[in-house]
Amino acid sequence: MTNMKRRTLLKGTLAASAVGMAIGTGLLTPRTVLAAWPKNAFDAKSVDDSLNGLFGSTQLTGSDKIKIKVPDIAENGAVVPVSVEADIAGVEAISIIAEKNATPLASSYNLGSGAEAFVATRIKLGKTSSVIAVVKAGGKLYSTGKEVKVTIGGCGG
Amino acid sequence: MANTIKVRAKLAGDVTTVKALISHAMETGLSKDKKTGKPIPAHFIQEVTCEHNGNVVLTALWGPAISKNPYLSFRFKGAKAGDKLTLRWVDNTGQSDSEETAID
Repeated sequence: MTNMKRRTLLKGTLAASAVGMAIGTGLLTPRTVLAAWPKNAFDAKSVDDSLNGLFGSTQLTGSDKIKIKVPDIAENGAVVPVSVEADIAGVEAISIIAEKNATPLASSYNLGSGAEAFVATRIKLGKTSSVIAVVKAGGKLYSTGKEVKVTIGGCGG
Repeated sequence: MANTIKVRAKLAGDVTTVKALISHAMETGLSKDKKTGKPIPAHFIQEVTCEHNGNVVLTALWGPAISKNPYLSFRFKGAKAGDKLTLRWVDNTGQSDSEETAID
């Protein structure tokens, strides 16, 4: 576990011990556990708390080098296509955050060797909200956002 | 859980584009069963990893806000046609599945 220190730094001792437990109980083999699932970041109720749980920082720098592709109007909030592409060197991680969701953090991607700064997925939006793309590169956080109007919510109901 | 993943990887130039579809309910834990009014427990994929020749290319950390039957697409460099690519997911109940494909 050479990256235990980094994991502890990133996600706190709580998450690290949870992973240890998961390995111990045989739920996950160590090979599949490449990054602890940051529960505190996904449970956070605000954008700042999510960022703190994920990156340990809320210092965002706006950047026009990040392109976020979302529809202007989503008829169905349960399926909103999102793609993020960054023209920044040395991108380590990309996160997609839906500002007005009950738990804003939708997903986060750790890029391995050779991965390009691009991800696409589909997310749920509870109501009209800004979708924020946060890109981590060289230890700094860059972000850009775009509002999506939702006519039918995608959470609960 | 078997056969929940459909994955394709296509090489163009030196960039491989991976597109994957996973069958999963992705329950948030907030919605209720319409008939009984009881809450449906949260059940969602937490982590998706993609390996190329044993190297992890991408780790996706997902919350319940990812849509039902998730779609994921990403790109990476350094692969050759015919290389093996493995996609694996684990959800919050410990269920998992993996699928291997050849890059074409």
